[in-house]
Amino acid sequence: MTRWLAQHAQAFALALRKLAATPWNAFSSIAAMGIALSLPAGGYVLLENAAALSSQVDSAPQISLFLAPDAAKGDAGQIESRLKKHSQVQSFQFVPKDEALERLKGSTGLADVVESLGRNPLPDAFVVQAKSSSPDVLEGLREELAGWPKVGHVQLDSAWAKRLDALLRVGKIAVLVLAALLAFALVTAIFNTIRLQILTQRDEIEVAKMVGATSGFIRRPFLYYGALQGLTGGAAAWGIIAVVLWVLNGALAEVSRLYAINIQLAHLSPEDSLSLFGFAAWLGWLGAWMSVGRHLWQIEPR
Amino acid sequence: MVVITGHSGAGKSTLLKLIAAIERPTSGTVIVNGQNVGALRSSAIPYLRRNLGLVFQDQKLLFDRTVLENVLLPLQVTGLHRREAGKRARAALDKVGLLARERSKPVTLSGGEQQRLCIARAIVNRPSILLADEPTASLDAAYAGEIMEIFRSFNQVGVTVLIATHDEGMIERLRPRVLHLDHGGLAS
Repeated sequence: MTRWLAQHAQAFALALRKLAATPWNAFSSIAAMGIALSLPAGGYVLLENAAALSSQVDSAPQISLFLAPDAAKGDAGQIESRLKKHSQVQSFQFVPKDEALERLKGSTGLADVVESLGRNPLPDAFVVQAKSSSPDVLEGLREELAGWPKVGHVQLDSAWAKRLDALLRVGKIAVLVLAALLAFALVTAIFNTIRLQILTQRDEIEVAKMVGATSGFIRRPFLYYGALQGLTGGAAAWGIIAVVLWVLNGALAEVSRLYAINIQLAHLSPEDSLSLFGFAAWLGWLGAWMSVGRHLWQIEPR
Repeated sequence: MVVITGHSGAGKSTLLKLIAAIERPTSGTVIVNGQNVGALRSSAIPYLRRNLGLVFQDQKLLFDRTVLENVLLPLQVTGLHRREAGKRARAALDKVGLLARERSKPVTLSGGEQQRLCIARAIVNRPSILLADEPTASLDAAYAGEIMEIFRSFNQVGVTVLIATHDEGMIERLRPRVLHLDHGGLAS
């Protein structure tokens, strides 16, 4: 076990030394990887912020509940008390039909038409604010309210929520596609880096095989090198995003002041940051693994 | 101690390479210590080679490492503890008289010293069989004599030594068992 650990530590140290031996090469490839990774990761950060923002801004969508035309005053009171007790309802407002008619007269310029009606065709209504803004929950609530007695019609004004949701989903797919493409590019970049390393270390590998090195022993430093490069690339991407957010937040502070709302872009959560590092390291490892598998067997002592 | 002789292309090197599983037989069997080397899985070959010391014509030293690091490599491969490995590597260098040069780079060594370094690398693992292909080919008589003495001393402590050579002086001096190869066959 200690022998196994020592060999891994040795391979890791060797990989580190190789990275440090060619600092400019290492820097340029790490920077390239960082930029490549920062695009999808940055896109993800913006999407997360957009989602957070949309829930932060007063956006709890409204549900309009219209009573049946034959409902009496008492029915409205009953519905009112049921709404009060409902756990999904944040607040609600009663709009009597007379007031609704007044509003209609005032706002739409239909005063003449309304006058000519003779009687008020509008029902009493409640405007309900739901606690959740998730479209599924809202839809469930709408169906529930529609089932209550003396309720004529329940209308869910969640079109915008659905639209935003759909937009965010499209954005997520775009980010995923971008991530997949750049991940592929990253793997091939590491593949080539490792291929070059294997070729330049031909003699070393030959000698190591001659003195009885297992292929695991020979493979290990390359795998660590790939993983390290991926990991540092991921860290570089994290740093790039942090800088960009810092700049953007500086500009947003002004906007926030003017609009009297608080808009600050947040960086990746610790969990997401860890996933980014882990994913980047895994990509590097994968590229190295593929390269080693492809090229190492060609080198045998002669 | 066995010396293999024969004209160029008689198969001396090939025989040594077959034993070390560097080349695989197309027919027949190669048996080393009761193990059929020709049928060995490739994952088992490293463990076979750890039991062999190889000294080859083109020395395959690593010129970007020091003398000591070259000798340490076989021990790192087996995962020996660093301090113990250092001790053993220095002991091997001492045996071939290169201990004073442990921090030099191999380029700064003479041909004979490089050859001795190869031998140190080959024996540092304490192999039971030492295979040497033309170990004295590029050396003058004095160096060749030194190297022969080194081989003799290993043989005396129980290491099987297999040398491929056409150096007549070596046969006279060591008086070993001689296998003569001719066109890939055993002549005498």
